[in-house]
Amino acid sequence: MAAEQVTEATAVALANLEAVKTIMAGLTIMIGAFGPALAIGKLAGKAMEAIGRNPEAASKIQTAMILAIAFAEAIAIYALVVALILKFV
Amino acid sequence: MNISLAPEVLFHIAGIGITNTYLIAVVIVLLALVFGLVLKARGIQAVPTGMQNVTESVFDVWLTTIDSVSGDRKLTLKFFPIVVTVFLFVLFSNLVELIPGLGTIGVYGMHNGHVALIPFLRSASADLNFTLAVAIIVMTSTWIVGIREIGFKHHISKFFTLKNPIAAFVGILEFIGEFAKIVSFSFRLFGNIFAGEVLLLVIAFLVPVIAGIPFLFLELFVGLVQAVVFSMLALVFLKMAAVHH
Repeated sequence: MAAEQVTEATAVALANLEAVKTIMAGLTIMIGAFGPALAIGKLAGKAMEAIGRNPEAASKIQTAMILAIAFAEAIAIYALVVALILKFV
Repeated sequence: MNISLAPEVLFHIAGIGITNTYLIAVVIVLLALVFGLVLKARGIQAVPTGMQNVTESVFDVWLTTIDSVSGDRKLTLKFFPIVVTVFLFVLFSNLVELIPGLGTIGVYGMHNGHVALIPFLRSASADLNFTLAVAIIVMTSTWIVGIREIGFKHHISKFFTLKNPIAAFVGILEFIGEFAKIVSFSFRLFGNIFAGEVLLLVIAFLVPVIAGIPFLFLELFVGLVQAVVFSMLALVFLKMAAVHH
């Protein structure tokens, strides 16, 4: 039955808890870094376009871009912290 | 190789454990104090030379940056102490992770119930206690600046307003966002620096000296950028708190 299969799968998982934790740590950072990578790429691309159109405002655009990239990167760092907690705690 | 999220306790004073990251932070503060006292003892000259020149140039860059965000010299002089203090403190504690001997030179002791190597050098910002403390101080100062600049009623009406349902809902979200900013500040700095330390340790464990050089450059850059981001975000939040809606 489905319930027996679920309990059996849970028993197998608990027996190899270390392996499951390691696999999940890898998956966490793998999936969690995907969104921020796309976001940072888009941000930098738009900033390059803006600088290309108006090279005089380059330093203003650069400051705002670095700030925005730090916000986007923070999300990837949250995923990394969860992965580290899974691995080392 | 000992990688642990929590900082390691070196010794106890009156029942409170003193961790290695706390010692590093105390050393940084004492060095800053000594620097200030030496600068003052030499006398402030109208035409700056040497150490005074370097300090004044750093302060000048920061004054122009804060001017460009706040737009008003009086406001700049109010924001300057906390923003530049946060910048220098976070910068120097980020740079500690580049010192040779990080995580490897230490004594063996009890940590979390088993015997492990307790290193002497560990960056202060790789300790969630430190980053959380700085984040709480920065957000509290934004609230205090908001209350002092525009008055208690206007400050509270940014969060709790009954004008229309949309504004009330957005206000509640902003209120929760204030606490989310504390978490975001602390975890951004902690995650970056702790991950950098783990990276440097693992690379040094695999290929001792040579492979570590590009990663040291990366960590130098990351430490600088994180200090800049922390202080610029603190500045932006201070400015947003000091203006009306």
